[in-house]
Amino acid sequence: MTRFRRLPQGGRIDRAKPVSARFDGKALGGFAGDTLASALLANDQVLIGRSFKYHRPRGLVAAGIEEPNGLFTLGEGATTEPNVAATMVDLVDGLVARTQNAWPSAGFDLMAVNSILSPLFQSGFYYKTFMGPTKGSWMFYEPFIREAAGLGKATGLPDPDRYDMRYAFCDVLVVGSGPAGLAAALTAGRSGARVVLADQDSDFGGSLLSGNDAGHEAWRIACIGELKSLPNAETCARTTVQGLYDGNLAVLVENRSHLRPDARKGEARMLLTQLRAKTIVMATGAIERPLVFSNNDRPGVMLASALRSYTNRFAVAPDKRAVIVTNNDTAYQAALDLATAGVAVTVADHRASVSADILSRAGAKGIAIFPGSGIFDVEGAKGVTRVKLGGAHAVTIECDAVGMAGGWSPVVHLSSHGGIKPKFDEAAAGFVPGGFPASHYGAGAMMGTYGLSAAIAEGSNAGASAASYAGFGKTRPVYAPEHVTDRSYAILPTWAPAYSAKGKAFVDFQSDVTIKDVKIAHQEGYRSVEHLKRYTTLGMGTDQGKTSNINALALMAEYRGITIPEAGTTTFRPPYAPLTMGAIAGRTVGAHFRPVRLSPLHDWHVKNGATFIDAGLWKRAWFYSWAGATPETAYVKEMELVRRGVGLADVSTLGKIDIQGPDAAEFLNRVYVNGFAKLPVGKVRYGVMLNDDGIVLDDGTTARISDNQFYMTTTTAQAGEVMSWLEYLLQCHWTDLNVQVASLTDEWAGMAVSGPKAREALQLAFPAEDLSNDALPYMGCKDFPFEGVTVRLLRMSFSGELAYEVHVAADYAISLWAHILKAAAPTGIKPYGLEALASLRIEKGHVAGLELDHRNTLDDLGLGKMAGKEKDYVGRALRFREDCQSPERWSLVGLELMEPDKKLRGGSILFAATDEIKGHGRGYITSVTWSTELNTFIALGLYKGGLGHEGEEIIAAFPLKNEQARLKIVSPHFIDKEGARLHA
Amino acid sequence: MMIPCPHCGDRDVSEFRYGGDASKQRPAHGTGDLKAWHDYVFLFENPKGPHTEYWQHVLGCRRWFKLARNTATNEIGGVVS
Repeated sequence: MTRFRRLPQGGRIDRAKPVSARFDGKALGGFAGDTLASALLANDQVLIGRSFKYHRPRGLVAAGIEEPNGLFTLGEGATTEPNVAATMVDLVDGLVARTQNAWPSAGFDLMAVNSILSPLFQSGFYYKTFMGPTKGSWMFYEPFIREAAGLGKATGLPDPDRYDMRYAFCDVLVVGSGPAGLAAALTAGRSGARVVLADQDSDFGGSLLSGNDAGHEAWRIACIGELKSLPNAETCARTTVQGLYDGNLAVLVENRSHLRPDARKGEARMLLTQLRAKTIVMATGAIERPLVFSNNDRPGVMLASALRSYTNRFAVAPDKRAVIVTNNDTAYQAALDLATAGVAVTVADHRASVSADILSRAGAKGIAIFPGSGIFDVEGAKGVTRVKLGGAHAVTIECDAVGMAGGWSPVVHLSSHGGIKPKFDEAAAGFVPGGFPASHYGAGAMMGTYGLSAAIAEGSNAGASAASYAGFGKTRPVYAPEHVTDRSYAILPTWAPAYSAKGKAFVDFQSDVTIKDVKIAHQEGYRSVEHLKRYTTLGMGTDQGKTSNINALALMAEYRGITIPEAGTTTFRPPYAPLTMGAIAGRTVGAHFRPVRLSPLHDWHVKNGATFIDAGLWKRAWFYSWAGATPETAYVKEMELVRRGVGLADVSTLGKIDIQGPDAAEFLNRVYVNGFAKLPVGKVRYGVMLNDDGIVLDDGTTARISDNQFYMTTTTAQAGEVMSWLEYLLQCHWTDLNVQVASLTDEWAGMAVSGPKAREALQLAFPAEDLSNDALPYMGCKDFPFEGVTVRLLRMSFSGELAYEVHVAADYAISLWAHILKAAAPTGIKPYGLEALASLRIEKGHVAGLELDHRNTLDDLGLGKMAGKEKDYVGRALRFREDCQSPERWSLVGLELMEPDKKLRGGSILFAATDEIKGHGRGYITSVTWSTELNTFIALGLYKGGLGHEGEEIIAAFPLKNEQARLKIVSPHFIDKEGARLHA
Repeated sequence: MMIPCPHCGDRDVSEFRYGGDASKQRPAHGTGDLKAWHDYVFLFENPKGPHTEYWQHVLGCRRWFKLARNTATNEIGGVVS
């Protein structure tokens, strides 16, 4: 039998442009201007899917963004997009859609057995049953439950589509292009203000698009025509305003899927705009509410406004007869329009009497009206066949479709994103915005101003006010079309049905929540609407309860014996409508997920066999191919190179800060725990900084270049933090100090020359300089010109060997690096990478980022003796607070593996030999390496009581691999404790 | 949220770093009073409403400044000298 058919004429479809899409593997025909939803209905596909929990047959409920049932999976393979509302999809050639949550098909669904078992699936069923007595049962059952329920599935494949993001600015943003929005945008536009009009629909006009009045249409066309002629106005269709944020930041997402964009040509499927608007006019309209009655979810039962929209806009109407059930006058607009299209219409009106005006207009169209009646039950397994009325007129009517008119819910979402709660308005019978900040305005149905002429007047006023707020004066108002009579929108509030058969009466179609579920939630003590939502999952679907929330909270209020305002609403949060993750990510995916920092020597490393490792944002040379193919073998050879010959390493990632000014020495003396006031020119010193709380912030070195100039290096990890800290102290607190700081991290390169042959190598590279131990002793530094470029040479060591750092402006880094390797070739110099660099420092017992974890004190790291006794420094006072003095603190130890056949892992938990291996232990391993000097695994770690336990044997446990190893606590300085090599 | 940098003008919050409560007086350098430092570092009012905070235009001119911000509404009261 036929339930819906395409009308022979009318509608906003272009019959000269047929379109062919594919639906569930078969051709689906329609016309340009159709949505996927209207095309399905035009092809009499009334049953379009199965419900979420009970797998009940379902059809379309709405014609717009609020659609709860008509969700489909679009695309194929990697472009698959699940859970897309068919009402928001333009029908275009090549569109591929399929049903979801039904197997093997929507018409014959095996999971419909859930419907028979439905008493099991009431509120809290899953939790009550599967979180049951046995521990972990929920974890076991959850995957099966999600498989059986759930909506569409994401592919798990990388999304090949492209998404773009832009920033934009305007004076007036108008959200929604219905009568109020058009009037607001045009009035604001006439003032010269830069106006952006955004609408989620494919065309402008809002509710006018669903009407059939020639005068209204002329008004709409005129408004849009004038608006588009203004150079200062931008109109954005298929653009949903998803959220409003502080500072009038609106996030707009334009869907361009209908253009079938080709990512290979750089075309974006979605465009996200971060729009800064001086003022915002919200004209977001209202959404019709369903009524709750037995079997109100049968396919073919939809909103009265949807029936009207399909009939007028898409020329798709019920085949012969429709029944409309209402509690207000607005249903008659749909009834009259359907009747005009040739559909026989019966109206069941909850109200005992209907106005004479309506009776006469409806009578003229042959519409039968049953006052004081409502729907008792709906029949028809896969589509409506018959409706039984209850109340004053208990008659049975054969029909193809049912329209529900339960009143209107203003779309207050955007007005609530800033934290202002909506308030209940009795006259509007819905929640309206609870207020607006100074630069926000509301107009039309979203304010509860439903009537056409009133909405246009309010919109025009809002547009003028917004333009004026944004600094634009003169404008001309937009007037409503002539002969418009605003009719009553008052409802008879009948939330629970007064008469109902025993079928399920749904409140939320998408989440499969019935009136019984709401009742159970109430009986079990879930009083707050927020609890009701979470317990029943009401409003938690992709439609976010756009059609169900008000009915649900009204029912809850009724059960509790309180008013609707007392019950309140749940919180509205962005996004307003479902949004594909790609649109949010934009282009920040893959390699562009975060910025990449490259050393000025990067290109040399690439050409010379380096393997890279990520260190924060940096790509660092990890090891070189000359030493081996894997890090496990290569770093040991590179360590041997440094211990026995000489190696060259890139240390350009270190933070580098130029510090100048007459008070620079005093400044450094305050920020470092050790003294810098008397550091001589030509000397470099190791220093440690604390935070105000006495905890170690960072370590590094600072060289005195001249009386008033210093050169600081920080760790790679803390470079940004230290720079900001120095600026904070100078700009906010020590404003009396005459000091300037500037970051040179990216401007300068650094290279470490390390090993017993380091001096020999550098002397070959810089033969004109005297680099003898007398001329440049340990911790000495000098600047000298080399081929016209300033080279900064600092004699200091991270590895424990005789070592230097060579710093030079980044532009000269590669040529200087290559020069050193070439000139010093007789020494056997080769590059070494980060793995060897980090391992060498472990042997020497130098702390680094892994030990400086922002929880330890100077004493924890064995550095307490460095701190100046006579001077003050940041963090001094709190360094001595009671908790920091405890001998039981976790502090730095060296660790030596006692079982030669085993290996050590960083992160292992440390236990005393007699401890049970359980819990957080007494500390953990921070850094681990193979020691070429000791021929065993060694490590640094933090251990409760620290070196007080020196010589003890303890246990390192690595539960993830079920490993344990015996260790000995030793001094963290594994090599050259006297420092003879440093001073050589 | 837009923040008025005293040097660069109105900029998006993503260009800034938050620097903490600016309503308290840092003890003078050289003060060894443990209680004064303890109170300054660890005790905060965390008000709901008007507040003075440090911000740095860290991805811009790197200027540090005091800003009046309402923590309940994010309304910006402007730069405080």
